[in-house]
Amino acid sequence: MARARIVMAKSARRGEVVEIKTLVPHAMESGFRRDAVGKPVPRHIITSLAVTYAGAEVFRMEMFPAIAANPYVMFATVATETADVVFTWTDDRGGVMRETRRLEVT
Amino acid sequence: MARSEHDTASEIEAAALSRRALLGGMAAGVVLAAVGTQAQATPERMAAVVKEITRGAPVREGRVKLELPPLAENGNSVLMTITVESPMSAADHVKSIYVVSPENPLPNVARFHLGPRAGRARVATNIRLAGSQTLTAIAEMSDGSFWSGQAATIVTLAACIEQPM
Repeated sequence: MARARIVMAKSARRGEVVEIKTLVPHAMESGFRRDAVGKPVPRHIITSLAVTYAGAEVFRMEMFPAIAANPYVMFATVATETADVVFTWTDDRGGVMRETRRLEVT
Repeated sequence: MARSEHDTASEIEAAALSRRALLGGMAAGVVLAAVGTQAQATPERMAAVVKEITRGAPVREGRVKLELPPLAENGNSVLMTITVESPMSAADHVKSIYVVSPENPLPNVARFHLGPRAGRARVATNIRLAGSQTLTAIAEMSDGSFWSGQAATIVTLAACIEQPM
């Protein structure tokens, strides 16, 4: 999988709600389409996005074929301590992509 | 990234306005043509999924705000935002948000799992819609109660049933 784009503040005050937006390139082939000769195109989708902050899971999303190509996800987390926020996308063929962003808490 | 996405979305929205009168009339025909050519979720299959989510517990209306554009020109990518009224404290928070569809090939659309560390119960993603329909979002609270909200949208070009060029 190609690189994801993440929009998240680099720093925040303790207790502040930090909004996070992610976009990951992926065809999200639904499995409901047919190719030019009428053969069904096999499903190939990201099935989950899991996010940990200082090692603890703070957000998880289960995706289905109804999620659009190049999945965009917005969510939030409370700034608690200076630590890594780790994003992990997993697809149904064992593909895994991981991105890490540091959140400085003041 | 997301900002430019939204800017693009509003530009598209503005362009759509001028074409809306025309498209509005076409929409009904396009959607009718789409139905029946695909394996579909049905309200019954959606109800079965809801029962699996709630394990038979009652679902009350309210506290959940599901936002979709009233008219989506392209069902391949429709911005969906869900906000749940909740203090998001350790004692009282949203555990999960489930989105289900009565018209897509599969009733499940998305499931979000959060907790008090989310700070606020607001999530968004882009979804596919195989035709005009009313989606339901169900929030599971930390006290075990279920709340729901709905939003209807008209889709002029449906997803999932497109034939390749």
